[in-house]
Amino acid sequence: MSFTIANTIDDVLTALAAGARPIAGGTDLVVGARQGKAPLPADLVALDRVDELRTIGPEPGGGIRIGAGVTHATLVHDATVVGAATSIADASALVGSPATRHVGTLGGNVMNGSPAMDTGAPLMVLDAAAELRSLRGTRRLTMTELWTGPGSTAAEPDELCTALVLPAESDRSGSAYVRLEYRRAMEIAVVGAAAAVTLADDGTIARLAVALAAVAPTIVAVDVSAMIGHRVDDNVLAAVALAASDTATPIDDLRASADYRRHTVGVMARRAVDAAVRRAGGEPIGVPVNRSIGIGVAS
Amino acid sequence: MSESFQLRVNDVEYPLSVDQGRNLLGVIRTEIGLTGTKEGCDDCECGACMVLIDGQPVNSCSYLAVQAQGREITTVEGLAEGDELDRLQRNLLEVGGVQCGFCTPGMLMSATALLAEHDDPSDDEIRIGLSGNLCRCTGYARIIEAVRRTADGA
Ligand SMILES: Cc1cc2nc3c(=O)[nH]c(=O)nc-3n(C[C@H](O)[C@H](O)[C@H](O)COP(=O)(O)OP(=O)(O)OC[C@H]3O[C@@H](n4cnc5c(N)ncnc54)[C@H](O)[C@@H]3O)c2cc1C
Repeated sequence: MSFTIANTIDDVLTALAAGARPIAGGTDLVVGARQGKAPLPADLVALDRVDELRTIGPEPGGGIRIGAGVTHATLVHDATVVGAATSIADASALVGSPATRHVGTLGGNVMNGSPAMDTGAPLMVLDAAAELRSLRGTRRLTMTELWTGPGSTAAEPDELCTALVLPAESDRSGSAYVRLEYRRAMEIAVVGAAAAVTLADDGTIARLAVALAAVAPTIVAVDVSAMIGHRVDDNVLAAVALAASDTATPIDDLRASADYRRHTVGVMARRAVDAAVRRAGGEPIGVPVNRSIGIGVAS
Repeated sequence: MSESFQLRVNDVEYPLSVDQGRNLLGVIRTEIGLTGTKEGCDDCECGACMVLIDGQPVNSCSYLAVQAQGREITTVEGLAEGDELDRLQRNLLEVGGVQCGFCTPGMLMSATALLAEHDDPSDDEIRIGLSGNLCRCTGYARIIEAVRRTADGA
């Protein structure tokens, strides 16, 4: 049994190579252990004092680099994220309560691998890569490569996720994440959808990506290539909703039936595309989109 | 196996030797003996166990005590100055925001963090600030009023 408080990435990699497991905020790891999902690992290395993991900055060569140890509370307000990766801020703003957001991290959300994670669909539509580092070297995986099933990733036990790296965004781009929730705090997505769009000079869709949460064993992308070149109108939004519902392979559980999830994920996808397009056109829609479009607004 | 370390709670250093799996809530209540912080659901849902770590709210039921070493921990006992309640505590009493009292320490800690960050929060910001805390008695309206009054300088 050991508990190491690391100060540098190298400290962490050494501890991981010796068999320790990383703990960031512990809001999945400790809560899960206390609920009996999996015992607390005997050897832990704490990431919360590694400053190198807690920064957001430009990626050399273009794009944004978000340290895995950045908390949801930071992501909600960070000007770079809100400006160029708005859907991540939309998602982080919905996580748990202020306490969950102050403690919980982006890297923990991603590496926990829940199919209902809120930042996952935004990262996928933004074409993020997860940077994984170990004493053996550094590699980058796309989100599709990283998530292999509910609660599992392609990362080796000695690999630390150091950052989520987003490519540079073109002008006239926007993204949004919308989730169906029964309460406006302390909630898990019933279903969720993210969209990222780039508009051409004539206002038609130059790039569109849509991804879904809580409707499959992992976050899933929707094939929306048929929408490229079209102007966003009701027909396109209806086609997005249909494509999203067709992509979903949801389960029945106590939170929702599979049928309800399949239908509502289409509605969320449509709303996400609509909000992303409006943001791409320069309309300021506040974070999180959920509240800005009236979901869960206090009466 | 026990880990030996110190925790700094309400400006006092406590030397401890506890298992690394122990939660901060249990250590504060049973090792340190400060029982103001409550155990409600013991599962991160109710907020009765809320403490501040470096000024930010944390569910102490699900936070490892060892991970809090080197940080400033504040519990509800740290709010009053001697026998003098702080303004938020007094306002909560005066508006009738305390009934059974079980959620009160957690509410106070979340509201303290909120007021440190926003000196003039909107009612919606107050609701969001308290959204990790459940109260089954008051219906929340008076708790929100107490936070509002404190922000307004009362
Ligand atoms: C009350 C409550 C409400 C919640 N609400 C939401 C919600 O609305 N939406 C949502 O998506 N989630 C929610 N969660 C889940 C959780 O808070 C998030 O997933 C959070 O982002 C996890 O981050 P963490 O730093 O606490 O992770 P930890 O629990 O520390 O770690 C999670 C897992 O990832 C591993 N890990 C952590 N960091 C790294 C890294 N850098 N490299 C490699 N592996 C790593 C750990 O070993 C562990 O296996 C909630 C949790 C609670 C308790």
